[in-house]
Amino acid sequence: MLRYLAKRLSYYAALLIAAVFLAYAISAGALQPRTYFDAKLPRPSAESVERQLTALNLNDHTPVVERFGHWAGGLLHGDLGRTIHDTPVTDDFGRRVWVSLRLLLLGSLLGTVLGVVAGAWSAVRQYRLSDRLLTVASFVLLSTPVFLVALFLKNGAIAAKDAAGHEVIPFTGYETPGLTGGIGAHLADWALHLLLPTISLALGGLATYSRYQRGIMLDVLGSDYLRTAEAKGLTRRRALLKHGLRTAVIPMSTMFAYSFLGIFTGAIFTETIFGWHGMGEWLIQSINEQDVNSVVAINLFTAVVVLASGFLADTLHAALDPRVRS
Amino acid sequence: MTVVTAGSTTPAPAPAGRPRATGRGRLVLARLLAARGAVVGAVLILLLFALAFGGPYLTPWDYATPDFTALHQPPSAAHWFGTNGVGQDVFAQTVRGLQKSLIIGLLVALFSTVLASLVGACAGYFGGWADRALMFLVDLMLVFPSFLIITVVSPRLRSSGWIAFVLLLALFNWMITARVVRSMTISLREREFVRAARFMGVRPLRIISRHILPNVASFLIVDATIAVGGAVMSETALSYFGFGVRPPDVSLGTLLAAGTSEAPVFPWMFYFAAALLVLFVLAVNLIGDGLRDALDPTAGGAPRRFRRFRRSGSATRSSRSTPSSSSHSSRSSRPQRRRP
Repeated sequence: MLRYLAKRLSYYAALLIAAVFLAYAISAGALQPRTYFDAKLPRPSAESVERQLTALNLNDHTPVVERFGHWAGGLLHGDLGRTIHDTPVTDDFGRRVWVSLRLLLLGSLLGTVLGVVAGAWSAVRQYRLSDRLLTVASFVLLSTPVFLVALFLKNGAIAAKDAAGHEVIPFTGYETPGLTGGIGAHLADWALHLLLPTISLALGGLATYSRYQRGIMLDVLGSDYLRTAEAKGLTRRRALLKHGLRTAVIPMSTMFAYSFLGIFTGAIFTETIFGWHGMGEWLIQSINEQDVNSVVAINLFTAVVVLASGFLADTLHAALDPRVRS
Repeated sequence: MTVVTAGSTTPAPAPAGRPRATGRGRLVLARLLAARGAVVGAVLILLLFALAFGGPYLTPWDYATPDFTALHQPPSAAHWFGTNGVGQDVFAQTVRGLQKSLIIGLLVALFSTVLASLVGACAGYFGGWADRALMFLVDLMLVFPSFLIITVVSPRLRSSGWIAFVLLLALFNWMITARVVRSMTISLREREFVRAARFMGVRPLRIISRHILPNVASFLIVDATIAVGGAVMSETALSYFGFGVRPPDVSLGTLLAAGTSEAPVFPWMFYFAAALLVLFVLAVNLIGDGLRDALDPTAGGAPRRFRRFRRSGSATRSSRSTPSSSSHSSRSSRPQRRRP
């Protein structure tokens, strides 16, 4: 199993390097930091623009490969370069990454677990009322883009606020500014702020996973080995949990890895809509400011997270399916 | 035991000379019409297309021309969906936006499916280094946050209009389909008819186009259908943030973006476009699901065979009996899988 995992890991490392280089080349080629400086008032001299661009490693007169080499050299020392405002990218990164990860982890975990459970349950109860209701609900959810779900929730919260006269569920930011009180009050405040963004992220995952899990589980339900397990004297519940669910979860682990990008994309919208100062908001802001180094840092972050979840999925796959290990 | 044979419904290949009883196309159509969801979806799609392309002729208003006598008016007989802040007719705008979104969705699905089937079939058929290189490319593009790249690149493509945006969306939408086509091709490659063609000296590209692609067509049709919905969702999301279609061009995304801040006070500016978007994607998904079942009855969509199986299974459970002969016979009534 270790051999298999080591092989996957080296493949992922190659992917990561290629992806980051490509991201760098595209960002450096498409964004124009020069226009940002040229548009400054009062307009700086051509010479000083040149100097600042070179100092920030953004000068488009230097070949991309050379700029990438410089950037990668810094990366080895944990330096992500400087933003267009001449502050370290790592500062912004460190501040925003936890804001985003909180949302991403909670949203994806909740969506996955609830989706798998709902799908399996729905398959076992095929064609009953609960299955039909869940199917209809998941179809409607699947057809609603994440940003629309987020907007619906936010509009609902605004309507609730207008009706009640005060904020019932918070819909901007991730904490109440200037909140006093102990750790308990802060945790409760966080949880309340997390509520709507997490729901909007998790709902999409729930719908997708429940559909897939239902399909796979239906196939498993008709399989011979499940009948054999029951014939051997296992109760239906035990056979389903021990033999059915285990096999049915395996294909899902691969899906999980690749769906993470979708969740991240969803999070970009969710963060922007709910006013979270996370990676998503940072991305949109830095693209508008032609801030190459920040954009590349966000690319690096997503690539690492996606590959990490890919590796997690591989480990899970290997743990569940003994054939993979050999 | 007799039920087993009754369950297999594969039409026997008709001998030459006699007319064929039921063609595959008719069989698929019959199955599709039997699925309620697919019929609802198809009717919805037809209505939405009629609305998108016939709607502009129903209203005297143009989507861009403002009516200064009616600002922020709620829906009325003159303005069916109301008007926005500068007096533009929301119905005309929504219909126009729907039209744009539909065209973009269809084109993206078409382009990405063609690309996916070519890459997937080539990787699967040729194997070896071609396969490894293409799959590395697929993995690379999957790791790559496509949204990031689209947002970074799209401002540079502003001058080339929405066609460039379509190509960009298609470019980041084919990878997973290509993977599936590849794995289907690998198993097709070893089948007798493909081997026979190869040994007869048919050139690889011809084998791919004549033997491989027709055999993955069912999957491609279903996948392309679903992709239309996905493409419309991506288009609206990107346009919502100003990275896709841009004003003065309207799509559902730009309409939603314009209506968002006003939604609590002037709901008609937001909810008509939102409802049409959800309805369209829902209809596409319903058709896709129905098509999947109709084209491949053995796929894990909603196979009827489990219904009988499940009922008998729960009956056994409730009676708490050991595997008796009666439960055994009821279970074996499950029709055999017809997969080769």
